Amino acid sequence: MILKPFVLTLALLTGALGFTSSIQAAESISILNVSYDPTRELYQEFNAAFAKHWQAKTGQTVKILQSHGGSSKQARAVIDGLEADVVTLALAYDIDAISEKAGLLPANWQSRLPNNSAPYSSTITFLVRKGNPKGIKDWNDLVKPGVSVITPNPKTSGVARWNYLAAWGYALKQFGGDEAKAQDFVWRLFKNVPVLDSGARGATTTFVERGIGDVLINWENEILLSTKGSGKDKFEIVVPPISILAEPTVSVVDKIVDKRGTRLVAQAYLEYLYSEEGQEIAGKNNYRPQLPAVAAKYAANFPAVERFTLQEFFGNWQKAHKAHFADGASFDQIYLQSPK
Amino acid sequence: MALVLKQPSVLPGFGLTLGFALFYFSLIVLIPLSGLIVKTTTLTWQQFWHTVTEPRAMASYQLTFGASFLGALINGFFGSVVAWVLVRYHFPGRSIVDALVDLPFALPTAVAGIALTAIYSSNGWIGSYLEPLGLKVAFTPLGVLVALTFIGLPFVVRTVQPVLQDLDKEVEEAATTLGANRWQTFRAVIVPELWPALLTGMAMAFARSVGEYGSVIFIAGNMPLKSEITPLLIMTKLEQYDYAGATALGVVMLVVSFVLALMINLIQWWSGRRHTAS
Repeated sequence: MILKPFVLTLALLTGALGFTSSIQAAESISILNVSYDPTRELYQEFNAAFAKHWQAKTGQTVKILQSHGGSSKQARAVIDGLEADVVTLALAYDIDAISEKAGLLPANWQSRLPNNSAPYSSTITFLVRKGNPKGIKDWNDLVKPGVSVITPNPKTSGVARWNYLAAWGYALKQFGGDEAKAQDFVWRLFKNVPVLDSGARGATTTFVERGIGDVLINWENEILLSTKGSGKDKFEIVVPPISILAEPTVSVVDKIVDKRGTRLVAQAYLEYLYSEEGQEIAGKNNYRPQLPAVAAKYAANFPAVERFTLQEFFGNWQKAHKAHFADGASFDQIYLQSPK
Repeated sequence: MALVLKQPSVLPGFGLTLGFALFYFSLIVLIPLSGLIVKTTTLTWQQFWHTVTEPRAMASYQLTFGASFLGALINGFFGSVVAWVLVRYHFPGRSIVDALVDLPFALPTAVAGIALTAIYSSNGWIGSYLEPLGLKVAFTPLGVLVALTFIGLPFVVRTVQPVLQDLDKEVEEAATTLGANRWQTFRAVIVPELWPALLTGMAMAFARSVGEYGSVIFIAGNMPLKSEITPLLIMTKLEQYDYAGATALGVVMLVVSFVLALMINLIQWWSGRRHTAS
């Protein structure tokens, strides 16, 4: 007697599932894009554009599902079995991890698309309070005593790793490649950090809503976003003369697309990011386009910055991780060597 | 009181129900937990020991267990007062207050964390008054304590309340007629009755706090060695794809929590026995 409703629900559920899946197989295809936090608006717009393009080209309706979260958390979800057809993450290190830990894509994935598989680029810039009361113009202003700096925790946040490496690279440039001096510089910078949020949006909230800190270091696109709307009268953007070339990378997840039979559309999806329309949407959403013609069109939004690459100072992500973010590496030493 | 198994019971089939209970318990609790321990065994003993005793881990245990314990103590006192007021007095809006007590149960912990941070940060409602007094709450270990106290409150109130309801006022009146003053009545009549329930409530609040992540993460500031809780350290390890290291810390928390829970059970059992014996 008690079982009856259960049996009924079960029957209904299986019925419903069978019904929807048969419809999908018939006329449309769906792919899942697993991305990181600040790309939500970008991909909303891009997905609509791509669906239209795909429909016109092949007559097939494509439904693109998006998932957002901290970049390495998202990578972990894919490693643990989330069936992502494509991944568009904050740093190549996270896609490397998917290749290395789960073997879902080949190790040379980054060479399969142009520009190291980065369809758009970004950089790391500063947000300060209106009028720039502490007079912050460049990285070396961040280590001055009395300046309070907000950046998320590099252990848990993708952008925080870019921030950290940007500061380190700046110092290397300043001090002629002297690692010890660079270390001292970054340590002094982190002595000025009162709160380490676990992610980029959390750090923005701490700075914008809680009123903590004199300067926020973050993605250029996040900073451009926070000065739109109500933030316009409260904050100012400061673009340092030198920063890092941040390349959020994308890839098809081979094992998943082969299993689901979505390789064709997934591949086209990523390639469309490089097309004029894709680049246009990236530019509109505060990412720096790679295509020169589109980049020129949005040049006014993106001040000129001398951007050094990760490869220039750190070799690759694996090396950078080992030297700076692994347990006991340079970031941990900031707190272990001189506990406050 | 000896346990008699052969007593006739309203539910038939002791074997069946025990079997079901064990199966259910294994499925929901034992299998996931043993998975945790199995994963840890991929580490060597040295690696395990190194992971669980590094300075950051040690500092985080101190904060997690210390703040949870303090939070449980605070709730033990104020939670009992709330329960007392709700049981003994009738005032307008009592049922609303009664319902409000359960809110920390129901509220998503992230919402609680964000709300507490907004209120206690230096530009918040309460924080802006505390800051001039030199008291920083948000982004300090004190903030962790506030969050843990918040989520632990209903556990104490909801365990103490029914016992208080069952406590006849007549017993107190009898104590008074026998010449006890208020303090004596409280100490010798009310407290012994409440004690086991209060301990249970505090133990539950403590256990809940030790595992709390969502609300603390927003208010803690997460500075290494200063305001990092152990669950955050576990998350940090996961973000670095260090699954074994994360489970090692998980095992430490599991063992400590289990030992503490066992101790509390023993104390309860002991105090319950002493109470019935006297």
